[in-house]
Formats: sequence, structure tokens, C-alpha cells
Amino acid sequence: MIVEIGHFALILALVVSLVQGTVPLVGAHRNDAAWMALGRPAAIVQFLLIALSFAALTHAYVTSDFSVLNVARNSHSAKPLIYKISGVWANHEGSMMLWVLILAAFGSAVAIFGQNLPPSLRARTLAIQAFITLAFLLFILFTSNPFERILPAPVDGRGLNPLLQDPGLALHPPFLYLGYVGLSIVFSFAIAALIEGRVDAAWARWVRPWTLAAWIFLTAGIGLGSWWAYYELGWGGWWYWDPVENASFMPWLAATALLHSSIVVEKRDTLKGWTVFLAIVAFSLSLLGTFLVRSGVLTSVHAFATDPARGVFILVLLLVAIGGSFALFAWRGPSLSATGLFVPVSREGALLLNNLLLTTASAVVLLGTLYPLFLDAMDGGKVSVGPPFFNAVFIPIMTPLFAALAVGPFLAWKRGDLPGALARLRLAFGLSVAAALATWYVAADGPVMAVLGMGLAAWLVIGAIVETASRINLFKATIGESLRRLRRIPRATWGMTIAHFGLGILIAGVTGSSAWKVESIQTMMPGQTIDVSGYEFRFEGASRAQGPNYTATRGRFVVSQGGERVAVLKPEKRVYPVEGQPTTEAAIKTTFMGDIYAVIGDAEGNQGGYVTRLYFNPLVPWIWAGILIMVVGGLFSLSDRRLRVGAPSRREAPAQKVRAQKVRT
Amino acid sequence: MKRLVFILPLVGFAVMAVYLGIGLTKDPRALPSVLIDQEVPPFDLAAIEGRDKGFKHGDLLGEVSLVNIFGSWCIACRVEHPFLMKIKERKLAPLHGIDWREENRQAGPAWLARFGDPYTLIGDDPKSKAAIAFGVTGAPETFVVDKRGFIRYKHVGPMTQDVWDRTIEPMVEELRKQ
Repeated sequence: MIVEIGHFALILALVVSLVQGTVPLVGAHRNDAAWMALGRPAAIVQFLLIALSFAALTHAYVTSDFSVLNVARNSHSAKPLIYKISGVWANHEGSMMLWVLILAAFGSAVAIFGQNLPPSLRARTLAIQAFITLAFLLFILFTSNPFERILPAPVDGRGLNPLLQDPGLALHPPFLYLGYVGLSIVFSFAIAALIEGRVDAAWARWVRPWTLAAWIFLTAGIGLGSWWAYYELGWGGWWYWDPVENASFMPWLAATALLHSSIVVEKRDTLKGWTVFLAIVAFSLSLLGTFLVRSGVLTSVHAFATDPARGVFILVLLLVAIGGSFALFAWRGPSLSATGLFVPVSREGALLLNNLLLTTASAVVLLGTLYPLFLDAMDGGKVSVGPPFFNAVFIPIMTPLFAALAVGPFLAWKRGDLPGALARLRLAFGLSVAAALATWYVAADGPVMAVLGMGLAAWLVIGAIVETASRINLFKATIGESLRRLRRIPRATWGMTIAHFGLGILIAGVTGSSAWKVESIQTMMPGQTIDVSGYEFRFEGASRAQGPNYTATRGRFVVSQGGERVAVLKPEKRVYPVEGQPTTEAAIKTTFMGDIYAVIGDAEGNQGGYVTRLYFNPLVPWIWAGILIMVVGGLFSLSDRRLRVGAPSRREAPAQKVRAQKVRT
Repeated sequence: MKRLVFILPLVGFAVMAVYLGIGLTKDPRALPSVLIDQEVPPFDLAAIEGRDKGFKHGDLLGEVSLVNIFGSWCIACRVEHPFLMKIKERKLAPLHGIDWREENRQAGPAWLARFGDPYTLIGDDPKSKAAIAFGVTGAPETFVVDKRGFIRYKHVGPMTQDVWDRTIEPMVEELRKQ
């Protein structure tokens, strides 16, 4: 019964989204206030209906209702509760349900928090958002219905892929979807602005918090996914340039570019067409990612549901959404005239450089991901594009980006003083060269790229510190004056500095882990000791262990350094009887300088020997720390009161204030 | 002129959409006929865990052999597996396996331990090195390779009694006489 209510609520949501998509749009065209106002209650009702539907599906999972096909295929009564819940979205149908739930949640958030938006812009934004929801609801109801029943109901379910039974994975899709789908709002804003034919500083300010929120979720989601791959796949790596990873990375690059270009629109009233273009591209890449993952055109370890019928549907959706919005862009875009002038050496010039490099990077990832598809379509044979390609093209694009990144914040708007900025960065430059030389001295036999990488990491970290120091006139003014200035730094500025600082830490982690990873694979007998990068791993044998829905072989390693015990590692190899599938649980001891990482494999012979893989992964914790710091930076920026729509700004220049007020009235 | 710049994204997307559309019509299991009657390009695969010997190009020479692409992740491979065990019993020709795209080194051996191991030689191919040499498009696939190391036939999808009786067995017997 509850399942049928869920199904019915979903159909009702479809009807509501049709109303929400059309009535406010027509109302905005005719300037009819009542019709426009309908968008808000419709968005809220639609969200409630989809939430009800999602709750019904979750209920079926929690109560293990195996008369529902989707539950029978993906769940099992012996599974811990948390994985019964995460099982809802760990399959195709359920993940699409999560997608529309978040889509509707963002729509209702605009309806509730967007009270200061001009009625026509709000009506159009909500209408576009409703059309996206409509398309996905049609997709779910016609090709991927999670509420389908089976007769007779099986006694128990097939279980969830054990690889997915993990806290990291339970959390990562919701975050990633919040990021992907958060970009839908930015897209809707961009389309609404194109229909209105107006993009101005106020528009940029309204769009910014949504972009920022999506960016935060996307960053956290990619970080969680990468962390999961690192400890669950047991290969000691954290990024594989897999098509699905690329599908999340491309929108991230575009969203990062958008985040920076919308500042230029807000402050300088230029780059408007470009910013709208980026808003369309960012969400289009999210949709494209969905197409690639769901249609099976690219084979990938992640593709848990591949079905040509779904592929055709999503392709049509892509044609309408992306094709339609680019057509609208071609038609209305040229009328978005800029008022600001552009000088290359200026803050906006630096942000433009950032945009060019980030979009190039995004295009390169797109090309690398789709290249096998292009070649196959032309009967050029099957190829796969792997890490060597991406590393070879990515580093030359990222190096100038990072080099310029520390300089940008020192340049003033309109006309920057490059020699002045560089002079203030003298100390940072000197220290970065010192860091690079120190890297070279310590690890002379390592790759040359590591020297560059550590130098750039130091450049960003020290650059961020110097930037804050010069902002508060540290050592030039009195301590009291510096503290006063420190308190007056806006949160958005803190956000930028923290995020850039985090990026520096992240680069150090990426460089360290890819340059100096030490790996040792062998068969070990109990009592045997292996030296990995100065750590002595003593294998003390393995024993059986019993989990709630698996049995495990649990190894025991005592790790010591210079005779002193550092850690006891207990890696597991689990077998889930329901699914008949083994998983690897790496045991990791995190230290400041890196992760001590152990994996146990199969028994070898009958004297208690086991295949073991031991790693020292230098600076990997810095990767997670860097991502976390970037997320914190994003949150700081999001909490800036200037971003709260309509909040008066104390620290604005008078001219801007006048313009902003004009728009608001 | 300015208008042209704004049309560019639409044109770019149109081109991409055409490719995506073609990609969708392509059966990922379609047979690239070019590899039939061609020599298998050189490859050298490491052993899977629990075995000493890997699988390399030279092992194919001098004897008619069957090469089966499988993976523990592949559901269809599980379907054909009992039949492969029967092929092993028949001792018609050595059946070699390429363990393709395992996520970790334990997965393949564990799978074989559970369902039985029909293979004479097995190569571990996590990075699709040999799979690309064979022109593999998906798992399972089974190849008939002659004494000179030339691919003579390719079967896409699970091996069945029907295909075996009508095509593979007569072909292997024919090739052995050459």
C-alpha cells in the first residue's frame, strides 16, 4: 500500500511539475502577477510529493519488502540498517529518485529563500527548474520505475554489492548529486536571464550562493568518492581517471570557473555572455555525465545499470536541454552588452586567465573521456584513454594556473600593478624556490615533476598567508591596527584565501603521493618482516573474523620504525555470502607525513602464508586535508552576509551601491 | 561576427550529439572483423594470484587453442562457466583464460576457486593490454587461435552447446589437421 502511495505521489509530482513549468512562464511573458506567483507554492508542493515518494521507497527498503522488484534486487534482510537505507540510492532507479528529490529540494529552496528576486526572474527560474524535474520524472516513470512489484515475492533479496556497503560510499552519492543538481539552479537562472535578456551585477549576486553551494557539495562529493576508492579498492591509489570520475570532475572544473567569472560580472559588469555560457556548460556536463554513466556507451566499473532504452531517453533529454539552451544562447546571448572595460593586467584579467585555463582543462577531460567513443563511431577501433594522457596534458595546463593564482588576489580591479604585486610576493617566491630546492635535495632520485609540484604547493600556501598579512598591514601598522583590519576582512575574502590555501595543501598531497609512493607485494609467512620505506612490517598471521553479514580473514601486522612500535594494522579480506563477492578492507595508519597502508590477500600454501601488499603513501592525508580546507573556504564564503540576497552592504563603493539599489527597486 | 561566436557552442554540441547518437547505436559487443585471420599481436601477461605461470603470445604457437576472456565481475561469464568446465573435460584443445579488468588481484582467483578452474593458462589483464590486442569488446568472448597464432574465429557472449557443436568443435578439428 505504502509503495503504491509512493508511486502515485510521483505521478502527481509529474502533473504538478507540468503546471509549474508552464503557468509561471506564461505569466512572466504576460506580466500577470497571479500566474507568476503560482510557481512558489507549486515548487513546494512538488518537493513534498517527491519527498513522500522517496520516503515510501526508503520504507520498502528498511522493512525489506521484497515484493518490490527494486528492493529484491538490491537489498537483503541481513544487511545493517545504514546499508538498507543507502541501498535506496546505490542502484539505478533509486539514484534517479535521489536526483529528482534534490532537484525538487533546490527548486523549493529558491521558492522559499528567493523572496527578494524580481517576480518575473523567480517565475522563469522555477519554471525552467520544473521542466528539468519533469524530464527526469518521465525518465523514472517510463524507463526506471522503482515501485515495480514482482510476483511471487522472493524469500530474500539479492543483496547490495559489498563494495558499496561502506560508509564512504553511503555518503558520497548524495553529496555528488547535491553538487550536480545544485548546478541545475544556476542553469535555470541562466536560462531565465537569457529569456529576460538581462544579466547584471544583481543577477550575478543572486546566482553566486547557489553556485557556491553546488561547488561545496561537488568538492566534498568528489573528495569522499576518492577517499572511498583509496581505502576500499585496496590499490593504494585515489584517482583513476575513470569515465565516472571524469564525469564528476568536468562539472567541478566548470563550476570553479563559473564561481570566478560571476565575481567579474558582479564587480565589473562584463564577461556576461561568458558567465551565462559557463552556467549552461556546468549543468550540461552534469547531464552528460549522467548520460555516459547510465547509457552504457562507455564501459566503466561504475556502470551499475546500462540499458540502451534509457540511453536513448537521456540522449533526447540532452538534445532538448543542452541543444535548446545553446540555441537560446545563440539567439539572445549577443544582446548581453558589457559596460566595463577590460585591461589585461587587472583582477578581472587574472580571473579571465583562470577561466580560460579551467575551461581548457575541462575540455581536455571531456575530449579524453569521449575520445574512445569518437574513434569507435568512426570505426577506428577500440581504445582506452588512461592516466598517461591526462597527466601529460593536465600538468601543463595547471602549472600556469597555479603560478598565476597567488598573484591574482594582489591585483586591483580595473588596473592592476603587476610589478608591485610581484614585489609583495618576493618572500613567497623565495620560500617556494627554497621548498623546491629542498625537495630536490631530499629526493634527488625522484621525478623532476615533484620539484615543480612542491614548489607550486609552497607558492600557493605561502602566497595565501602573505596575502592576508599584507591585507592587514602586518608589521607595517601597529598590532592593534592589524587586528582591527583582520576583523574587518569580509568572510568572502576569507573564503577565497582559505580555499587557495587548501588547494596548495592538496597539490602537495597529490605531488607527494604520486612521486614517492613505495609499494611492496609478496607472500609473507607469520613472523616474517618486510621493510617498506623505513617502516618494518612484521606479519603475525591471519585469523577468521565474523561480521554482521560477512566473514573475514583478518591479518595482523605490527609496524615499527627504528625498533619503536608505530602501529598495529589489521587489514581484512571479506566475503559476503549473500552476494558471493569478496572485498578488500585496507588497514591504514595515518601519520603527518603519509599513510602506512596494508592489504591482505589470499592464503598461499598451507603454512599460514598470505599474499600481502604493503605501501607507504606519502602525503596522502594532505589530499583529504586540502579538500576539507577548500570546503571550509567555500562555507566561509557562503556565510558572507553580502551574499544573502538583498542584505545591504556596508563596505560597497558608493557607485556600486547606487546601481545595486536601482536594480533592487 | 559577434553573433557567430555565440552560435559556436550550439555547433560544437551538435557535432558531439551526432557522435553520442552513433555511439548509442553501436553494439559494444559488435565484432570488429578486421582481427579475423590476423596474427594476435604480442602480449605478455602476469600470472594471477595462486598460479606460477602467466600467459603470453608465445604460448599460442604450435597448437590450436581456445582463448576465453572472463572476469569475476561479469555475470554472463558465470552463465557460460559450467559449459567451459565441460570443454575442459573434453580435452579437445587447451582453453586459456584472460582475467580481464579485475578491480583487485583476489577477485579472479576467488571466483575460480568457487566455480572451478577450466583454464590451462591464465593471464591477469587489469589494464586491458591483451584484451586490446585481441580486439575484445566485452566479456565473455571466446577466440579460436590456430597453430601459427592467428585468430580464426571469435564468439561474442556466453558459449553455448549449439555454437560449440556447430562451429567451434568442427573448426578446431579442421585446424588441427592443418
